[in-house]
Amino acid sequence: MRYAVIGGGPAGLYFALLAKKANPADEVLVVERNPPNATFGWGVVFSEETLGALRDADYETYTEIGESFARWNAIDIYYRDTKIRSRGHVFTGISRKVLLNILQRRCQALGVRVEFEREIRDLREVEGADLVIGADGINGLVRRAYAEAFKPQIAVHPTKYVWFGGDLPLDAFTFIFRRNDDGLFQVHAYPFDAHTCTFIVECPEDAWRRAGLESASEAESIAYCETLFQPELRGRRLMSNRSLWINFATLRQESWHHGNIVLLGDAAHTAHFSIGSGTKLAMEDSIALVDALRRRQDLDAAVNDYEMERQPVVERFQEAALESSSYFEHVARYAHFDPRQFAFNLLTRSRRITYINLTQRDPELVRTVDAWFAATAQGSPDGALRLSPPPMFAPFRIGDVTLPNRVAIAAGADLETAARTGAGLIITDFVSVTEDGRITPETPVFDRARQHAMRGAVERVHQAGSQLALQLGHAGRRGSMRPRSQGVDRPLKQGGWRLIAASPIAFTPHAALPREMTRRDMTHIATVFAAAARAAAGCGFDAVELNFAHGYLLAGFISPLTNRRTDDYGGLLENRMRFPLEVLDAVRETWERPLLVRISASDWMPGGLELDEAVGVAALLKAHGCDLVHPVMGQTVWESRPDYRRLFGVPASDRIRNEAGIPTLASGNITTADDVNTILAAGRADLCRLDLP
Amino acid sequence: MNIGLGLPTTTAGVSGELLIDWAKRADAGPFTSVGVLDRIAYQNYEPFTALAAAAAVTRRVRLATMIVIAPLRNTAILAKQAASLDAISAGRLTLGLAVGARGEDYEVAQVESRGRGRRFAEQLETIRDIWEEGKIGPTPSGTGPRLLVGGSSGEALARMARYSDGYMHGGGPPRAFGGAVAKALAAWSDLGRPGRPVLWGMGYFALGDGTAEPGAEYLRHYYAFTGSFADKIAAGNLTSPGAIADFIRGYEDAGCDELVLFPTVCRLDQVDRLAEVIH
Repeated sequence: MRYAVIGGGPAGLYFALLAKKANPADEVLVVERNPPNATFGWGVVFSEETLGALRDADYETYTEIGESFARWNAIDIYYRDTKIRSRGHVFTGISRKVLLNILQRRCQALGVRVEFEREIRDLREVEGADLVIGADGINGLVRRAYAEAFKPQIAVHPTKYVWFGGDLPLDAFTFIFRRNDDGLFQVHAYPFDAHTCTFIVECPEDAWRRAGLESASEAESIAYCETLFQPELRGRRLMSNRSLWINFATLRQESWHHGNIVLLGDAAHTAHFSIGSGTKLAMEDSIALVDALRRRQDLDAAVNDYEMERQPVVERFQEAALESSSYFEHVARYAHFDPRQFAFNLLTRSRRITYINLTQRDPELVRTVDAWFAATAQGSPDGALRLSPPPMFAPFRIGDVTLPNRVAIAAGADLETAARTGAGLIITDFVSVTEDGRITPETPVFDRARQHAMRGAVERVHQAGSQLALQLGHAGRRGSMRPRSQGVDRPLKQGGWRLIAASPIAFTPHAALPREMTRRDMTHIATVFAAAARAAAGCGFDAVELNFAHGYLLAGFISPLTNRRTDDYGGLLENRMRFPLEVLDAVRETWERPLLVRISASDWMPGGLELDEAVGVAALLKAHGCDLVHPVMGQTVWESRPDYRRLFGVPASDRIRNEAGIPTLASGNITTADDVNTILAAGRADLCRLDLP
Repeated sequence: MNIGLGLPTTTAGVSGELLIDWAKRADAGPFTSVGVLDRIAYQNYEPFTALAAAAAVTRRVRLATMIVIAPLRNTAILAKQAASLDAISAGRLTLGLAVGARGEDYEVAQVESRGRGRRFAEQLETIRDIWEEGKIGPTPSGTGPRLLVGGSSGEALARMARYSDGYMHGGGPPRAFGGAVAKALAAWSDLGRPGRPVLWGMGYFALGDGTAEPGAEYLRHYYAFTGSFADKIAAGNLTSPGAIADFIRGYEDAGCDELVLFPTVCRLDQVDRLAEVIH
């Protein structure tokens, strides 16, 4: 068998030596365009797990690598004027140059032919090989030559970053956040030997321009960063090595093989540097490919096996890396956090580490966060007790109401069963303010009989220790449907009623056409909402939640997809919000206790409302006296494009809470206590709606 | 969890006689359903025709389309075919519908593939009304055949939760099924549907000496339109009793209600071999 490896980085060299070792009779050629000692970048990080894989794959290189390693178990977070250290995260790092030298020597010893300073410009130069291995990086020739077969998707990230070296002895993975007049800059630094570290500086593009870094030379960039991070550098220097400001690109490809060509490492996939896994993934690729070649006689079957084994693993890392990079792109949002919460949020950014994982790694830090969270919840941040409940069981004060814990539950048909869950807040099903505002014939109307029945229910919920919110709404164009046991949004064939909406657009192709609301309709609806809120007070409800979401009457005004009005109530967001805010004002006037508003934070539809605008919606609600926003997703229009992934409503809650500055209730496929604790401790919501099976 | 058996309507060289014998044997065996797939531009039997034949020689098993590509069909005729099959089989039809994945099928049927999702949603909105109104008979008892929807996109899951009784998964390892189910349940709850969706899964098998290679060959051919993914599907073919047992356990753990295993070689002994494994 003859192998031609294009690219002499860690992936290519490691593949070459493993393949040669597996079968010394095979011919293995590595072609590298740079000389042996030219290497870009500084250090490389591995986890314990990766080291185990390297040990099993080739003990000789593992021993050498082990001798050159820096090991540490802490993460330092410099934020405002504090430093928080979290322990229990095992990392090892090695200089990229040392790693390459070890691999080069081992290749030589095993009889791999390595040709340096040779650039392959045409794959026909290696056409004698049985298998061509593209290990030449994201911009490499191999990947680009067969882009049609590999079907790449490249996403360029918005922030600017640069790799420096630092002659700074670190004993921790170090994050530094520093704000100056130009903007917020952050550092990702990690040691790779006793004296030197990798020092990556990242910032938003506008900060980079304001700082004049767009046109700065390498020396000027270094000078700028040395000044900015002087307190942490303590007089030490930054070093450049072709250090240019660039944007990270995440590469995904449908396939990593085509004919007798197979891709490894960065040529196959990339994952954002903030989870430090590029070299790790690359070398694991090499191990998997050599294993597959040993296992399978047939080349096709082997490369297919390799891809099947590696793609799911890489996808998981890419998911985590995207979460992580998105955190750093928006970190300014969290700049008001208490350092403890800031640290927790940072450590759980990729969603791979949750409250429970972090408790296993660093129980002391989590205890500190719990204590701070509980004390803050009690209104006395300085009175933290060392023994505190996890965030899920911290009380939550909202207006004159104190919820015993942070869990909300949708009541369903039976309020008392919901109360017996122990959730702090029970939210009723949709209750209509008028007969015509019902969704289905089964939707309760808040009339006298209902108020009377609910008075008893409120008492029993209170006895169970929970608080009860009345969800008030008007179905708008989504009304006159069949009971949901028969399906959702199926129009009633008989016994339906007339519908009103912001604009006359039917909800489904066969649904009734609503009448466009007049000014008089609006006055009437605002009045009935206010009357319902007044009656809610009489029933003893603890909170009222106004449903401005899911395509119902008020949501119909907010979304540009369903509001085509040309009067003062249509057009710009300010106009589209006018009527919902009138309703909110009318309710606020009669209802003094906690007032929640449920909104669709995205229409999940091109041309519809998106998260950016939802932050503006939340800010307006806040200005009009809303106490808490409950963002949900979609259902504005019948054929939207939902995404029901785990915790799908949490990003909206996070943004609204931390950009509009209003408490939020997160919901959307939240199913475990671990999720709840993670979301709360990280400051992504104040309450969580748990979906119990 | 119930276990059903696929009819070999898509494997090459199947005679009508073999198909009918297959259904008879499945009915006599431990299986709770027989399932069929749907293609147009392929050497396979039309699903309703095949299930009608099966209905005539079976008394017990449910008859499942997994799935029928709804947008290729006129809704009224689709509703009538389904109602007829349900009536002929005394209410044994489970109608799985989806948009399908092959552009080729749309081309030969001369149906625009763009906008198929929206048209499918309209079909779902209508089909139960057609059954209930009784204008297009035979009028089914109750609310009509059990209706399930397949597909993996968010839109597909929303359509499933809105209009159907449950979810029909398109195949893959138990972990993929579990992931899809979590999203299906989230869609169901997000749309405010009471209760829970019925969950159906599927897999492929080939049992006995010399069946693994032709089985894989068939899957590569059937899924050729997916490009290199076909190799992965072929590699997932269950070719040993142990692999089938693991697969069944995985699906059961993930909450599957009915798992239908489809043959990849059309030898009648496959029915008995599978029956032996699941007994």
